[in-house]
Amino acid sequence: MIAIVDYGAGNLLSVKKAFDYVGAEVVVTDQFETVASADKVVLPGVGHFSSLQALSRKGLDKALLQGASASKPFLGICLGMQWLFQGSEECATIAGAGIFSGKCRQFPTSLKSPHVGWNSLAVREGSRLLRGVAQDSFVYFTHSFYAPVLAATAAASEYGLQFAAAVERDNIFGVQFHPEKSGQVGLAILKNFLEV
Amino acid sequence: MLTKRIIACLDMDGGRVVKGVRFKNLRDAGDPAECATAHAGNGADEIVLLDITATSGNRRTMLAAISNTARSLFVPFTVGGGIRQLDDAAAVFDAGADKIAINSAAVRDPALIGRIAGRFGSQAVVVAIDARKVDGSFEVYVAGGRVPTGRDAIQWAREAADCGAGEILLTSMDRDGTQSGFDCNLVRTVAESVSIPVIASGGAGSARDFIEVFREGRADAALAASIFHFGIENIAQLKRELHCANIPVRWPC
Repeated sequence: MIAIVDYGAGNLLSVKKAFDYVGAEVVVTDQFETVASADKVVLPGVGHFSSLQALSRKGLDKALLQGASASKPFLGICLGMQWLFQGSEECATIAGAGIFSGKCRQFPTSLKSPHVGWNSLAVREGSRLLRGVAQDSFVYFTHSFYAPVLAATAAASEYGLQFAAAVERDNIFGVQFHPEKSGQVGLAILKNFLEV
Repeated sequence: MLTKRIIACLDMDGGRVVKGVRFKNLRDAGDPAECATAHAGNGADEIVLLDITATSGNRRTMLAAISNTARSLFVPFTVGGGIRQLDDAAAVFDAGADKIAINSAAVRDPALIGRIAGRFGSQAVVVAIDARKVDGSFEVYVAGGRVPTGRDAIQWAREAADCGAGEILLTSMDRDGTQSGFDCNLVRTVAESVSIPVIASGGAGSARDFIEVFREGRADAALAASIFHFGIENIAQLKRELHCANIPVRWPC
């Protein structure tokens, strides 16, 4: 069973719907026990980095970190991926999980922001999450802050600069884009997560 | 590279997709869920569902259509029409929309933009502006293009962006339904005045029109309805032509 963590950040229905469509057994929850006992965890989220504060209020961050250290498969989507980093310029007072080093930064003001639309992926070889995803496949983004490219980057994209579109280390995965809104490519990525 | 988006718009009335010229003479164009899935399969980057009559009696029908359409649609999905307050927006998100488009209600109460963005994020709030050329400038119209407001479209676009809108959906009422080309002058002026993406609408008739609105109009996305419904321009064919003209598009997809 996959737990989709509900911490009040945006609409989780589309994420659930996409997992339903690829045949996963999913539950949307804000309960510690449900997250702790799930086989896999998905942390979605759109909006402001400060909304991640709700994770610690409910103790959900502990369930997520315990799961991560026990190698339980984790997928962070958009804000959920940014949570994996140390923090974000968007809200200096809230710390991320620090599983990946570096902070999320705002796109330069010379660019239109948010970065909205379909952008291509430079896929790094050997990614399990992006297995079978062709080089330069298009996925849908909508975000104003970006995570840096680092060793764990599974795919990079370019919008004025290079940023991490997907990160991956062991069973910890994160995507800046929205697989649930990225057509067949996105559904294939969710299926890969099911098979991890 | 970020691509230019092609958005298929479905105008809805009483649960059915319809199309008219300059908001009049409506013709039936099919079932929304079927139309949306067909357009997405054909390469549409997004789907917009607009409730053009938006009477209160229609709300339940509309919510059912949204939920039906969202079920098997895996590209971004925007719903507009009849959203007057935060609760209306919440009901539309609950039914499965990713973004809402607000028009008249935002003009009446610009703070509504911030209230919806505060709860669902700016990326979920599209402010739709219907503009008509009046004495050399562009005036904002509301209530489905029936009521002039005396407001300048460029200034209103700026204000909407400042209030927290994530995108502007800009319709030229002079061109809407005419298939005589987008109003590149209007689109460019707004696109250069705001720092959020601008979706051009009204007047799409050929691939050349899309090329022009992306090049001359600096649009981030372009929306069309009638040409996609009646097969005058197939989206897949349109994207091939844009690709050949070196406009970055999601192709193949």
